[in-house]
Amino acid sequence: MKRRSFFKASAAAGTVLPLTLNGMGVKTFEDSPLLQSLGRRGTDGKVLVIINLSGGNDGLNTLIPIDQYSNLSKARNNILIPEDKVLPFWNKPAAGLHPKLSGMRDLYNNGMLSAIQAVGYPNPNYSHFRSTDIWMSGSDSNESWTTGWMGRYLDGKYTGYPKGYPTTAMPDPLAIQIGQMVSLAFMGPEVNMGMAITDPTTFYNLANGTTDPTSNTPAGNELAFLRLMAQQTNQYATVIQNAAAKGSNKSTKYPTGGRQPLADQLKIVAKLISGGLKTPVYMVSLGGFDTHSEQVDSADHTIGGHATLMQQLGDAIAAFQDDIKLLGLEDRVVGMTFSEFGRRVMSNASNGTDHGAAAPMFVFGKAVQNGVIGANPTIPSTVTVNDNLPMQYDFRQVYASVLTDWFELPAAEVKVAMGGKDFNTLPIFKSNKARVEDYIDLVSRIALNKIYPNPAVDKTQISYFTESGNVKLSVFDASGQLVRILKDEWHGHGTYVVDFDVVGLRSGNYYVQLAQGEKRITEVLLVQ
Amino acid sequence: MDRTAFFESILPASPKTQSSNEAGKKSLMRRTNTGISAYTGTFAKDELMHLLRRTLFGVKVSDYNLYKGKTLEQVVDALLNVSTTLPNPPINNYGNLVNDPNVPYGSTWVNAALDPAVEPYRKGSVKSWFWGQMVTQSPDIQAKMVLFWHNHFALQFLEIPDSRACYVYTKVLYTHALGNLKDLTRAITIDPAMLFYLNGRLNTKKAPDENYARELQELFTLGKGPNSKYTEDDVKAMARVLTGWSINPLTNPFSTAFVSVNHDSSDKQFSSFYGNTVIKGQTGINAGNTELDDLLTMIFKVDEVALFLCRKLYEYFVYYEIDDTVETNVIVPLAKVFRDSGYSIKAVLKTLLMSEHFFDTWNRACVIKDPLTQQVGFCREMELKFPSSSDYFLLYQMYQMGMNFGQLTQLNLGDPPNVAGWPAWYQKPLFHRSWINSDTLPKRNQFTDYLLFIGHKVGTYTLLVDPWIFTKQLTNPGKADDLIAACVSHLLPMSINATQTASLKEILLPGGIPDYNWSDEYRAATDPSDPNYTTALSTATVKLRYLLKSIMNLSEYQLS
Repeated sequence: MKRRSFFKASAAAGTVLPLTLNGMGVKTFEDSPLLQSLGRRGTDGKVLVIINLSGGNDGLNTLIPIDQYSNLSKARNNILIPEDKVLPFWNKPAAGLHPKLSGMRDLYNNGMLSAIQAVGYPNPNYSHFRSTDIWMSGSDSNESWTTGWMGRYLDGKYTGYPKGYPTTAMPDPLAIQIGQMVSLAFMGPEVNMGMAITDPTTFYNLANGTTDPTSNTPAGNELAFLRLMAQQTNQYATVIQNAAAKGSNKSTKYPTGGRQPLADQLKIVAKLISGGLKTPVYMVSLGGFDTHSEQVDSADHTIGGHATLMQQLGDAIAAFQDDIKLLGLEDRVVGMTFSEFGRRVMSNASNGTDHGAAAPMFVFGKAVQNGVIGANPTIPSTVTVNDNLPMQYDFRQVYASVLTDWFELPAAEVKVAMGGKDFNTLPIFKSNKARVEDYIDLVSRIALNKIYPNPAVDKTQISYFTESGNVKLSVFDASGQLVRILKDEWHGHGTYVVDFDVVGLRSGNYYVQLAQGEKRITEVLLVQ
Repeated sequence: MDRTAFFESILPASPKTQSSNEAGKKSLMRRTNTGISAYTGTFAKDELMHLLRRTLFGVKVSDYNLYKGKTLEQVVDALLNVSTTLPNPPINNYGNLVNDPNVPYGSTWVNAALDPAVEPYRKGSVKSWFWGQMVTQSPDIQAKMVLFWHNHFALQFLEIPDSRACYVYTKVLYTHALGNLKDLTRAITIDPAMLFYLNGRLNTKKAPDENYARELQELFTLGKGPNSKYTEDDVKAMARVLTGWSINPLTNPFSTAFVSVNHDSSDKQFSSFYGNTVIKGQTGINAGNTELDDLLTMIFKVDEVALFLCRKLYEYFVYYEIDDTVETNVIVPLAKVFRDSGYSIKAVLKTLLMSEHFFDTWNRACVIKDPLTQQVGFCREMELKFPSSSDYFLLYQMYQMGMNFGQLTQLNLGDPPNVAGWPAWYQKPLFHRSWINSDTLPKRNQFTDYLLFIGHKVGTYTLLVDPWIFTKQLTNPGKADDLIAACVSHLLPMSINATQTASLKEILLPGGIPDYNWSDEYRAATDPSDPNYTTALSTATVKLRYLLKSIMNLSEYQLS
């Protein structure tokens, strides 16, 4: 099925208002109070800044599970951050930050940082390119989508774009990417909603060509695309230049320009927002995270390639947030980091790490609940080169949280933006009904008491405790693939025991994950 | 509505008809079911220009004249018959900035000792040189294929700490550009720069590194299509096959080495995707070669290799949209040609470039030029006069300007964004369209405007278009209508409408003054004995610059 018709079909099934309007020809509704309210609904002025850490960031050296040090030191001794150098958080969850992330630690201690543990997706793909596409599009691992999650959101909100745009209500670009490229994340059903900018102060006036209709041929379609790009560039150039001229930066924390690309990019974003652009989404990026080798300095693990990136990330975010505060924009702006995957638990011989699976995400700003969502990853005592972390949360739960709790999108429209799938939100934003505090001391709420025997040869028994609610008990293999769901049903408060037959499973580490609601506890089971 | 679906809905079931009318009659065009059978229709100016636009970086008038009057097969054979002589290597163009104790100013550094102090300058040299190779290309397909392979077997010069290895890598691309895919894959696998870039040099028995093994399958041979079903275990097994290949940093330039003690000599078991092949573990100094041969034999047995490469060639030379019809009519039979030829790149290109599908009017003018094709193409079309090779400092300065503009518009030659190459050649659904956005489109226009009006000035040399070089080679440039028609047909892949033509004519004949005014002005400007020669030359030159600028600022100019 073509993607476009798929989305239409799923929208119709869910009776989603804007797309129904779309189907009926939105033109006639343009002046209706209903549509006006849809266009304005509570989201005016809210901005999301997406920070893409390209290459696959080593999550275990970013948000470091302090209670796993003895096993971590067996698995990745040549790159491990010394325990006493890890930056702890004020409320001392079991995890801390890379020593160069002091900027982000300060944000946390000032109540402005939400960290989400072990974010990924089922059946992880270890290719940069596939995995990046999955994160940008929001598809499942085995799907290949040509629209992006933000593109679908913007398509729902700004119906019919680019036809008729810019409008009085939305005179500005729908999305801005700082750089030469616009990402798949902004790709809508017809066009990319994003605009690429490297320097918001200089534009070149393009020839205003003919707007004659083009033929329905590949050549005609490409020509129409080129003309549209020229037209849009001219249209939006002025508003961006005006915003850049009107806007300002107030923070003194930015590093000298031209040396730290991420800080430079975020500085432009702050300036454009302060200059009054109504653009709701920005994307910036920092590359270099593909740390197969020389991730750390062999003599001092707190410096080296990854540490430089951590420093740039933490300092850039801290300066940006400081700027946003000084500019009086704190209530309007949040940021979110992501990377296409984390890295392998076990380091390699080149003081680096190979492609991995789940890794933490960070959301920052005044609107977030301060805390760490999820339990520390569990590191097996004997790690093999193939071992990966199982995911605790699906990245699309984070996306759904942004759309629901930040952009205040109704559930049905969130579902459309998520490609017709439902994802539960997480307590990332203050506006979420769940509290992040419920995630800090998980053991009093759910617990994997015992797996015995472990190692297991043919069968083992898993004993667990839960408060009342739906409980899911799953087993993942070391590459992050789901191999078994042992329980998925309502449980009363109490302790339970379940048998697990391991015959037929390949020997190696497995992860038993207990989930109740969005709480997750994971233990390692070794199958021999 | 989805474009493909739209076309499908309006089209009759299987029309193998097409309009061979000139480009202006697009509305008559219908999508066809053309395949790889040899094209037998008219092979006139439109067809020849279409072929040359897709296979060269811009078409000089002399390129067109060279091939005019030949048969399609003669032209294709000539385009594919590339020189086996390698280009002259990059040189020390930095001697006035830094002393290279091992290399005299103006001599090549590719065989000299590594010197960290001058290494950044050599990197600049090899990158500028690479761009220079494109702009000085011979009128055949080699340069375009080198870019194709650079994008396919992508690595980043700035990640390679030794520029000599970057040069060696380009030599592999030039040597095998029209050779055999299996040989090329083999050469790349043990190319020192690639061994560095994807960590092959660190891939040892004790600490296997999967980086190259993964990309060898995912990006270089099999792709990631739905039928490319190798497993994670295959990646790991392949990494073990390749253990022991390394770099000898002590040679000038550094070279490939096989260190047998680092080689994993156990047998490697592959999945059912590879027919459960076991690659027998080998020992000794030839273990690496033997197992690599076995590995390539195993990989190239899989049909997907030829299918994947044919799709990429199609996307590069024809169009990015491959639907079921194209897959069935073009990709599948073309892949068979490729396999049957034993992976001869020449054979597969000959079939594609001579096919009725390639000449189908449906497939013309629909490729958005990559930045090199736009910028190098412009330099070649205008026959921009570069400094002579003896003035190497200036020459490399000019090449560097071109390289920098490429970088500003997303094609940083020598440094694709990552190992997958440039997104415009793989990223769905935008493909070529991702070259164009609000940042890059203005810069493309700036490039042509810059060289048409201001010029790139270094010292006393200015690299500036002389519009007369191009103009004088056209038919009847002294007649305004003929001049415009000749410029349009040479520089644009499609016709333009009456309004656009009229606005071009307005440049030559402002205010709608009669045509003879241009004829008079042209005659005076080209005849030094004419009393008005100096004035006419000056005014006509400006008009020609504006005419060319206006054509190159048209959206149509971005198409090939």
